[in-house]
Amino acid sequence: MILSSRFLLPDHGIQMKKAAESAWPEEVHALLREAGVRQVAIVPDAGHARLIKACEKDKSMRVVRLTSEQEGVALLAGAWLGGEKGVLLMQSSGVGNCINMLTLPIACQFPLLMLVTMRGDHGEFNPAQIPMGNSTQAVLEAMGVIVKRADRADEVTEMASSALRLAFNTYRPVALLIGQRVFGAKDFRKLTQGVPK
Amino acid sequence: MSKLLRRKVVKELLAGRGDALVVGGLGAPAWDITAAGDHELNFPLWGAMGGAAMIGLGLALAQPKRKVLVITGDGEMLMGLGALATIAVQRPRNLSVLVLDNERYGETGMQETHTAHGVELAAMAKAAGIEQAFLVRTQAELARLKQQLYARAGSLFAQIKIDPEKLPLVLPPRDGALLKNRFRAALLGPDAAQQ
Repeated sequence: MILSSRFLLPDHGIQMKKAAESAWPEEVHALLREAGVRQVAIVPDAGHARLIKACEKDKSMRVVRLTSEQEGVALLAGAWLGGEKGVLLMQSSGVGNCINMLTLPIACQFPLLMLVTMRGDHGEFNPAQIPMGNSTQAVLEAMGVIVKRADRADEVTEMASSALRLAFNTYRPVALLIGQRVFGAKDFRKLTQGVPK
Repeated sequence: MSKLLRRKVVKELLAGRGDALVVGGLGAPAWDITAAGDHELNFPLWGAMGGAAMIGLGLALAQPKRKVLVITGDGEMLMGLGALATIAVQRPRNLSVLVLDNERYGETGMQETHTAHGVELAAMAKAAGIEQAFLVRTQAELARLKQQLYARAGSLFAQIKIDPEKLPLVLPPRDGALLKNRFRAALLGPDAAQQ
């Protein structure tokens, strides 16, 4: 059985995915660069695509692709031991993969900056994204991670700067959750168009 | 043929470590590196199971001129196998991951791990793309590993089969912040605390 697009709910008022107009990805890249961030650990998400591209082009940064987000928590502890700053880019579902590894930065007081793009959040279509997306903040806070949120494109850079300063000035894991509203919901209606009948 | 003994293996591999940086996986490998002599440039883990090799990678990328040794166990490595792929893709020239393989979860009652049933970590490392990947069973193979470990550049992985003996624990300091701070001060100098 294939889900027909005629059963999809109307999306009035929900911002659907479109080419982002805001420059926050480039601004956040500049912020990371200025702060001396060298290791950029990633499990990609569509919401991070432009920031990842900017980091890949930057010769002062090393982008480390991971098989699972928890690898990034450990990688960046090693980076700090060696005198380098890093950042971990992931989607909210990846937060669940990190939980036990977060004992490392918490127990040892490592700075850790996580920029987390949300799913299961604003106008979500995919039921599988809800359990983790809806509990991302609570789960992080239960572990002792400081959580900040940005739900508008024009506040992402400022909140990223705030999270970066908290992490590296106070030696803690800090997560900035970037709401799905910033990117627009993934438009499954559009993505199903053009399938041959 | 008698099996290799873990404390002797670690002591031999760390003798003449020079300015190498050492990460010890939780449990017996952390006690082993401590038994060989507590050291400011050791970072023994008390938790973070599955993370030792990745900590080594972050450290190796940050300190490309220093040799980085990760000494961990088979159970710990099995929990973080993805790291083999991530390390292979990054190709650090200064990272060696040495797995002390007793085919057991030693701290929890000597239950068997997958390596007791044919899973070969060295072959997995090789398949991931770490070219210098060895299975070590004998004293002669251990001597060759040590020679290669310090003489050659490139990523290296070794699965070292050891006797599943139960030994008295030799505990490092367990305050993670202390371990981190003393490591950074020894590596980066007094300014480390100002960073």
